[in-house]
Amino acid sequence: MLLTFALWAYVAGMAGALVLQRAERLANVLGFGLAALGGVCGVVFSVSSLAAGRAVTIAPVTLWSGPIPDVRLVVEADALSCFFVLIVSLVGLAISVFSLGYARTYYGRKNVGVLAAVFNALLLVTTLVFIAGNLWMFLIAWELMALLAYGMVSFEHEDREARQAGVLYFIMSHLDAACILLGFLMLAQAAGDFSFASLRGIGAKLSPQQRDAAFMLFVIGFGIKAGAVPLHIWLPVAHPVAPSNISALMSGVLIKTGIYGLVRVCFEFLGPPPMWWGASLLAAGTVSAVLGVLYALMEHDLKRLLAYHSIENIGIILMGIGAALMFLHTGHAVLASLALIAGLYHTINHAVFKALLFLGAGAVLHATHTRNMEEMGGLAKRMRWTSLFFLVGAVAISALPPLNGFVSEWLTYQSLLQGFGTTTSLVRLMFPLGGAMLALTGALAAACFVKAFGITFLAQPRSDHARNAHEASLPVLIGQGVLTAACVFLGLFPTAFLKLLDPLTQQLTGHQLSQQLTLANGLVLSDATAQGGTVSTLGITLMAVYLLPVPLALWAMFGRKARTRIAPTWDCGQRGLTPQMEYTATGFSKPLRMIFKALFRPRREVQREYDFSPYFATTLRFESHMEEVFQTRFYRPVNLWLLRLSRRLRALQAGSLQAYLIYVFITLVALLLFAS
Amino acid sequence: MNLDPLNFLGQTLALLLLAPLLSGCIKNWKAKLQNRRGPRPWQVYFDIAKFLRKDMVISEHASWVFSFAPYVVFLTALLAGLMVPMINAPAPLRLFGGVLAVVGLLALGRFFLALGGLDPASAFGGMGSSREMTISAIAEPAMMLAIFTVAITAGSTDLSQIAQSTQSATWKLLNPAHVLAFAAMFVVLLAETGRIPVDNPATHLELTMIHEAMLLEYSGRYLAFMEWGASIKQLVLMTLLVNVFFPVGLAGPQASVAALGISLAAYLAKLLALSAVVVVVETTNAKMRLFRVPDLLSTAFVLAALALLSTFLFQ
Repeated sequence: MLLTFALWAYVAGMAGALVLQRAERLANVLGFGLAALGGVCGVVFSVSSLAAGRAVTIAPVTLWSGPIPDVRLVVEADALSCFFVLIVSLVGLAISVFSLGYARTYYGRKNVGVLAAVFNALLLVTTLVFIAGNLWMFLIAWELMALLAYGMVSFEHEDREARQAGVLYFIMSHLDAACILLGFLMLAQAAGDFSFASLRGIGAKLSPQQRDAAFMLFVIGFGIKAGAVPLHIWLPVAHPVAPSNISALMSGVLIKTGIYGLVRVCFEFLGPPPMWWGASLLAAGTVSAVLGVLYALMEHDLKRLLAYHSIENIGIILMGIGAALMFLHTGHAVLASLALIAGLYHTINHAVFKALLFLGAGAVLHATHTRNMEEMGGLAKRMRWTSLFFLVGAVAISALPPLNGFVSEWLTYQSLLQGFGTTTSLVRLMFPLGGAMLALTGALAAACFVKAFGITFLAQPRSDHARNAHEASLPVLIGQGVLTAACVFLGLFPTAFLKLLDPLTQQLTGHQLSQQLTLANGLVLSDATAQGGTVSTLGITLMAVYLLPVPLALWAMFGRKARTRIAPTWDCGQRGLTPQMEYTATGFSKPLRMIFKALFRPRREVQREYDFSPYFATTLRFESHMEEVFQTRFYRPVNLWLLRLSRRLRALQAGSLQAYLIYVFITLVALLLFAS
Repeated sequence: MNLDPLNFLGQTLALLLLAPLLSGCIKNWKAKLQNRRGPRPWQVYFDIAKFLRKDMVISEHASWVFSFAPYVVFLTALLAGLMVPMINAPAPLRLFGGVLAVVGLLALGRFFLALGGLDPASAFGGMGSSREMTISAIAEPAMMLAIFTVAITAGSTDLSQIAQSTQSATWKLLNPAHVLAFAAMFVVLLAETGRIPVDNPATHLELTMIHEAMLLEYSGRYLAFMEWGASIKQLVLMTLLVNVFFPVGLAGPQASVAALGISLAAYLAKLLALSAVVVVVETTNAKMRLFRVPDLLSTAFVLAALALLSTFLFQ
């Protein structure tokens, strides 16, 4: 009921915004207002049904059945659907509120009605992807989602960069749709039906080779959508150029459809997984996590940096899911639930903090008119609230206690550690090594967000725009505030949230863990498994408050008479510091660029002009490049090869009708031979 | 999750009071070894008291983050310390988090320390922050791998449980996995506490400094909290090393007063021995070039990986 209401709200928002596009203020309020309403309904719907522990919330409903048999649009919602509906609704709600203020910046410049309409449509089709009950529904919603997102990537189409990004996104989404379609066709052929109900456990009917092939197709298809390395190249290009609210939606929610698909297919459709499925997902996740964060470190475009972090976090999620598949193979269903919880917890965490950070970046972008961090700085004084919200997001994404990123990475670490005992084969070394790489990822992410926050918000402003920046409008702040609150809640009260995951793990692995995992206000592992560990983020926070009197008492005891003076920063006797003397984002990441130079292959060029000594240059030109390894080593050769192949194939298209008829005839004969 | 108030209070006081003394001892011994007279070991207490009393000068460019950072640094070090067993095995806050929380809390402190370094717009601070985050990033996997090795053997990430399970089987102390993990952790300790050959704690206003560079703009009580926090962090890491990787003499739960006394003596002896090793390393080595540090830390990583591999082989 509520969900229907939410979907109609999106439809109404879409229609209303389109109708009112001449009156942009009205279109903005109506479009994003209805989207927010839909978000609220979606959150209430999914939380209530997950909290009630319902396995199936909506039994399959046929929305529309076509003239041809089997062509039907079916929706259904089980616990897995509800969880992802929660993500899209919660993040959608916050972004809608944010957009009420943010869309004002497009008044008179772009068509706000269209922006609001497409935003609503995106929320609608993404929700439909999650509640699809058969292949027709799923694939149509999937394709619509890709098309609408394409529209949004090229929303600012005056910009050449946006147009190119749009095309790349378009190509990659079709590649992924093709792989998914093929995979599903393989399954549907065995099932003889297109409904998800008949696909459950269908892997048992396939030969192992077929199953492996289907798995590979799904991994490539959903991997492209999720942005896992090496299929990620579209993500850092496409996400930053979209309007910031859409970037937040894309990075926070849309890439999670890939995770949703992977979980749905691997845990429900394909049947018992062989070891290498989980192991390859774990390996791919580890590689994505480390490479994602390393590339993020080298960025000084704030939104690109965040986009690369999405790759990192998708990697962490995949580590959890991969480990879960491995445990399913070894028959440790409880551990599999734990690893799955870790992955899914990180999924919602990443949705929340990444959307928050993108919204913060949007507010900053609006205030400074640039995405380049080197032209920012000093914004913490000018945009107090935005800086606070961004800092919370930065701490959360760096997996630091007590916020939500820490909780889900703690669960991931635990499941990796426990994994060591599940098997005696050499594969088990993957778990602690994966854990070590996760530690590297976390530490690099912290470095990256010290850079992102420090260079953007702290020290002196580096440009006039930054100097004249002002705080964002109220809806923009409220939108960020909602997500900040969600970060804190998911961080401090994991015990409350874990209960919502019970029906989910029950559905996918047959176990409920929240009882065993939680004790008082912390997470415990000793009951759930043979091994253990405890953590309580709430306890840590309370204890910090409890210990705060220590420094305050010391202050009161010794420093009552001490006064505070505001003075210039020590400038080594020079005549005052200028913003040019500050550390830059490029400079900040230089040590890591040098350490990982085998990966980045940095090249720099310095040209100095001087009159009498090279130490007193009159002009200086500095250029620094890095090789984009995946593009130059893989995608470009493949591209060239494809072009060459197409050129050869051009001979076939000679323009003579007779030749074409022959082709048709030959194809027909071949098909007949193949079929018989 | 009930707290033993005596244990809690005792360990808080021990962390607060022992940490400066240990820093002072290391300074004093280092001076002695280098034929200097050096400050008295308890000089650090006077320094802190002096800093607390002094007026503060705050940079005009600094924002609220600058004033927030010292408290975070101080409190995270203290909280992490309360999760590591010092004198008896159930550490006061053991239920609030095991080794992952300790590492996380120290990382949180470092995060704010680095932000505090960037905030006053001085190039020194930025340089320090950049290097601190770089070195910690490459030290982290080695540390985690070493910790995983002992955690896997103990079957828990709870530090008290790790210590007790290592203790219960004495032969495990000389287990190659343990020895290798200990060695890896020692290198990480040098890096994390800013010791030679990674950083030089004695420098001021030099282009090679890391930790001091971030503190350059701090003064008065903020500096006191930063310095104190750093010395507590050093104590926490050293305690982690001596009590978790080498838990000889550590008293268990419900230990008698005599056992606690023995445990305290053993703890202090191990701590001083470790400090002596640090002093010798600092005196006999020169500071490394920044880009040589990754080599050192990858050695630690390899040691930890070998430790892990030997768990696999000898189990």
